[in-house]
Amino acid sequence: MDWTWFHKFGSPPHVYRLAGRLTPWFAWPAAITILIGLYGGLVLAPPDYQQGDGFRIIYVHAPSAWLSVMIYTTMASAAFVGLVWRMKVAHAVAASCAGIGAWFTAVSLVTGMLWGKPMWGTYWVWDPRLTAQLILLFLFFGYMALRAAIDDPSRADRASALLAVVGIVNVPIIRFSVDWWNSIHQAPSVMKLGRPTMPVDMLVPLLLMLLGFTLYFVAVLTIRLRAEVLRRERQASWLREVLD
Amino acid sequence: MSVVFTILQRDLLLAWRRTAQVLQPLAFFIVVTLLFPLGYTPELAQLRQIAPGVLWVAALLASMLALESLFRDDAADGTLEQFVLSGQPLAALLFGKTVAHWLLTGLPLAVVAPLIGVALGVPSAAMPGIICALCLGTVSLSLIGAIGAGLTLGVRRGGVLASLLTLPLAVPVLVFGARATELSIAGGSPAGALYLLAALMVLGLTLAPLAAAAAVRIGVE
Repeated sequence: MDWTWFHKFGSPPHVYRLAGRLTPWFAWPAAITILIGLYGGLVLAPPDYQQGDGFRIIYVHAPSAWLSVMIYTTMASAAFVGLVWRMKVAHAVAASCAGIGAWFTAVSLVTGMLWGKPMWGTYWVWDPRLTAQLILLFLFFGYMALRAAIDDPSRADRASALLAVVGIVNVPIIRFSVDWWNSIHQAPSVMKLGRPTMPVDMLVPLLLMLLGFTLYFVAVLTIRLRAEVLRRERQASWLREVLD
Repeated sequence: MSVVFTILQRDLLLAWRRTAQVLQPLAFFIVVTLLFPLGYTPELAQLRQIAPGVLWVAALLASMLALESLFRDDAADGTLEQFVLSGQPLAALLFGKTVAHWLLTGLPLAVVAPLIGVALGVPSAAMPGIICALCLGTVSLSLIGAIGAGLTLGVRRGGVLASLLTLPLAVPVLVFGARATELSIAGGSPAGALYLLAALMVLGLTLAPLAAAAAVRIGVE
């Protein structure tokens, strides 16, 4: 099998150009799907029989929560590739993921709290999912703090990559332990969201939003990746040719 | 295996010659737990309710505090570099160090736990469960901590950072440990939570030394 396409990813100029070319291919579909999804979710979908219009925050909440976990997985996979094959570009991908992931985790927490206020009567419940999300946020923070604390870029790359890999092994255990913790401490009646199976006109916009958010993530990732490559390769001669 | 014992012996001997430093985390654990009656209430019935949380958060903080000393001296005088260059499996060497660290900072917490328990109004029937839980849990904490300490080698003021990295990873230990303690105090059987703690410990024993070795390799370069 020909592996040239894979080895090309090790070359910063190639990745820089590729990321630049890919950005519009993700950004535009993201914008369109999110707009359609928002219209479908906020206008077309019927109000929930229990929660009324309050449930509509799910169209931002669920996609961010999904992305936060997916971005951590992406980050850890990229970090793993960087550790094993010593690919600098993979480390750049992981570094670019961290900030986006932390933001989406924060968004999912804030929207979760806003949703909790009318539904549960309080902004914060020690709900297992909210708690796990909070811990995920601290995992992102730890990753970013470690990266910022080490001056030597190559060491910072590998140390933070190792942390991401250790973290991804732990994420399922943390989720399990937190589920177990709260399911014993607290009756789940508060958390019943009255959502047996979602009707199609609610579900389709949600799926569109999931898709749109994911596309948006990839678009932002390509932009941040370019910036990261620029920052790392600021001494390289190929940059002069590209930028001139 | 003999490598592990050699390192273990060396670290215990070194610790024996600097007893005061070794006792710091233990003293910290005792002082922190005894602050709760002062800050919360002297009512034993109420203290008993928060005892699991107090014991485990204090144990967690004490083991974070102890982390700093795990690799610091060996990194400063170049011993860690010699470990990496020695041709012996680094994971085994670090495992020996971690075991010594646990014997010096984790096990004493479990030993004094009954004393603290009495001060927090814990019935004496609950003590075996609490001691078991702390023994199992602190092993995991030392193992996870070794990864954090390895990652922050050479970082200025690495202690706080190491805690920031390690604490989220220690959540399962805290959850199961506190649960086992709570069940023991309530008079139930803590077996389920203890099994889960033991499972975490086994997982840690298997994987953590490898991760710590990788971290130290990155750190000493």
